[in-house]
Amino acid sequence: MKRVDDKALVVKVGLASCGIAAGGSRVFGVFKSKLEGKDLDVELKPVGCIGMCYREALVEVSSLQGRVFYGQVTPERVERIIDQHIIGGRPVEEWTVPQEEIDSFMSRQKRIVLRNCGIINPESIEDYLDSGGYMALHKALTKTPLEVIDEVTRSGLRGRGGAGFATGVKWLMTMKATGSPKYVICNADEGDPGAFMDRSVLESDPHSVLEGMLIAGHAIGATEGILYVRAEYPLAIQRLEKALEQAREKGFIGSEILGHDFDFSISIRQGAGAFVCGEETALIMSIEGKRGMPRLRPPFPSVSGLWGRPTNINNVETFANVPWIIANGAEAYAAYGTEKSKGTKVFALAGSIARGGLIEVPMGISIREIVNEIGGGTAGGTAFKAVQLGGPSGGVIPASMSDTPVDYESINKTGAIVGSGGMIVMDEKACMVDVAKFFLNFTQDESCGKCTFCRLGTRRMLEILEKITGGEGSEADIATLEELAAEIRKSSLCGLGQNAPNPILTTLKYFRDEYMEHIKARKCPAKKCQALITYIIDAAKCPGCGLCIRYCPVNAISGNKKEPHTIDPDVCIRCGLCNSICRKGAVIAV
Amino acid sequence: MHTESINDKKLSLTLVDAIIFKHNVQPGAVIPVLQEIQEEYGYIPPAAIQRIAHHLGVFASDIYGIVTFYSQFRLQPPGKNVIRVCHGTACHLGGAERLTEAISQHIGATEGKTSKDGQFTLERVACLGCCSLAPCVTVNGEIHGRLNPESVGKVVNKLKEEKTANVE
Repeated sequence: MKRVDDKALVVKVGLASCGIAAGGSRVFGVFKSKLEGKDLDVELKPVGCIGMCYREALVEVSSLQGRVFYGQVTPERVERIIDQHIIGGRPVEEWTVPQEEIDSFMSRQKRIVLRNCGIINPESIEDYLDSGGYMALHKALTKTPLEVIDEVTRSGLRGRGGAGFATGVKWLMTMKATGSPKYVICNADEGDPGAFMDRSVLESDPHSVLEGMLIAGHAIGATEGILYVRAEYPLAIQRLEKALEQAREKGFIGSEILGHDFDFSISIRQGAGAFVCGEETALIMSIEGKRGMPRLRPPFPSVSGLWGRPTNINNVETFANVPWIIANGAEAYAAYGTEKSKGTKVFALAGSIARGGLIEVPMGISIREIVNEIGGGTAGGTAFKAVQLGGPSGGVIPASMSDTPVDYESINKTGAIVGSGGMIVMDEKACMVDVAKFFLNFTQDESCGKCTFCRLGTRRMLEILEKITGGEGSEADIATLEELAAEIRKSSLCGLGQNAPNPILTTLKYFRDEYMEHIKARKCPAKKCQALITYIIDAAKCPGCGLCIRYCPVNAISGNKKEPHTIDPDVCIRCGLCNSICRKGAVIAV
Repeated sequence: MHTESINDKKLSLTLVDAIIFKHNVQPGAVIPVLQEIQEEYGYIPPAAIQRIAHHLGVFASDIYGIVTFYSQFRLQPPGKNVIRVCHGTACHLGGAERLTEAISQHIGATEGKTSKDGQFTLERVACLGCCSLAPCVTVNGEIHGRLNPESVGKVVNKLKEEKTANVE
């Protein structure tokens, strides 16, 4: 087998969804055509996501001399990179990502789940094998199931999907449960808006998840694995299908795997766009071909799951941790993190952040370190206001509490949750009432309708928030919101309903002033809520180009060419298109 | 370039049957069966619901209940081009509503609707997971990121031009 690394130079192009959307495929294509026919000692390699999404399309040129990253690469830049760097040996300095930037983005990270992401070719099982892939499966199969479970338990790994339940304990319960066959389900129905950890792992290193599932299968005595993947992730599905095919060919999936008395098959099921199916009992309903509505637990799926059989469900990130833990030992994993939250956590860093992307940090790191050091502060240097953790089930944590360590216990104390790992950074332009409304709009839309308080309570809360952002709120509304929140939490069956009030409760807790400003002064301090703002045109800045006139959907803007335009506030619907479109920043909200 | 769009396709019960039988006529396979039918026709034709119910021996209302539960399934044929605007948290903060408004003007159809000429359908999607490129949309499955109301107009206009080129 020819090893890729034998080449003097390796050119890696990031081709996960973000990279492709940023033009990575075209960049890869140009590299391919321009390198072809040249007698160069170079290997061109498609890789997944290295995490620096803000720099996509990203190209890495690595050699014995070190690694050089090029950010925001366009097809036009490829030729010079080839001529000057690959042939000439001199990196094109003005296009490279500065070393200090790479250091501050990377040095605080510990990449266990993301160990291969952006490094190996996700479509090549050889690449995965070269990086030690499937060695953990070899090792696990020489151990008894109880020994494997003990290793996972001692590592302190907790479910990374959001609930944080001890993985080893879950495995043990499923192993001990009677019933056959047993199932292993990988929950890849990553539904939280603002979260893309699982997508990136599946697109960048699919075999690590398959290997984790296989090890779980051996540990609990299962024979069948199912990957439940969101239909919104077509590339992840495509790469998983390829990985499954390769793993079957090599005998890692099938019967008598690696010569042991262990049979295991894995298939893919696509989700059909229902957020609630991230809840394990709803997910099982969906696989059984029903409406994805959660049911009362117990019995837990580990006792009675898919088709009434013992079923172990973990999410993508949890499974991707497992091979590393088996290969390196529980102690090595537990060396990272805090007393109760061991290991690392992957976060999708997005929103108003200078360096948004996919990061993996040891548990216990502070929010400040993540936002300021790794993320480089807010985009455009605006004032950092809050982070939102845990999506619609989580909450906001204000900038004043940035020293909070990111671990399950400390984050829960704030009223937010670690959740699956979406971390949205918000600056002064974000209105906290609007943020609460956004999440509530989401949960009430996604509520399956089974529990009355979740179905109707979230609806009522949304109406109140609409009233407040519409400039018709009263102080009594706040009390009603708090009362409803408590009732919804008590009377909902699953996490969707129980946690639905979190975005409201945390914004009320930390940004009550902002609610009051909406209610009493009828003002939105962040200038976001349409009913509470008016758009005007700054005559001094307006060049009279007519662009806003063309875009205005209600013809509220008038003015002659090359003369300052004006907006008729009675006609204006405050959609804000003119504000976005104006190149001179002449349209302002007051 | 595709000349015949999926929404022009006539429903073939033989094809629907083949899909159902491929999945061994199991009730557990309803969702994959529906997904394949939608893949084929762009939506779930009512006759297909009847057919699935018939083969599985369940009420058509059960199948309809599944179709309406999951947001992926459409009961109306989509336009030739499907534009889906991401409304994840990062995209929301980045102005997804304004993008929707701008696209709506360009194509002449509001969210959830298809333009009169059958060329465009505008949909919303909870999150595409491309948050670092917010705000983003998919056009016929392809992701476009870091958009604003003006640049999204260019994306739409390009599709319109392609249509004109095809006609010629």
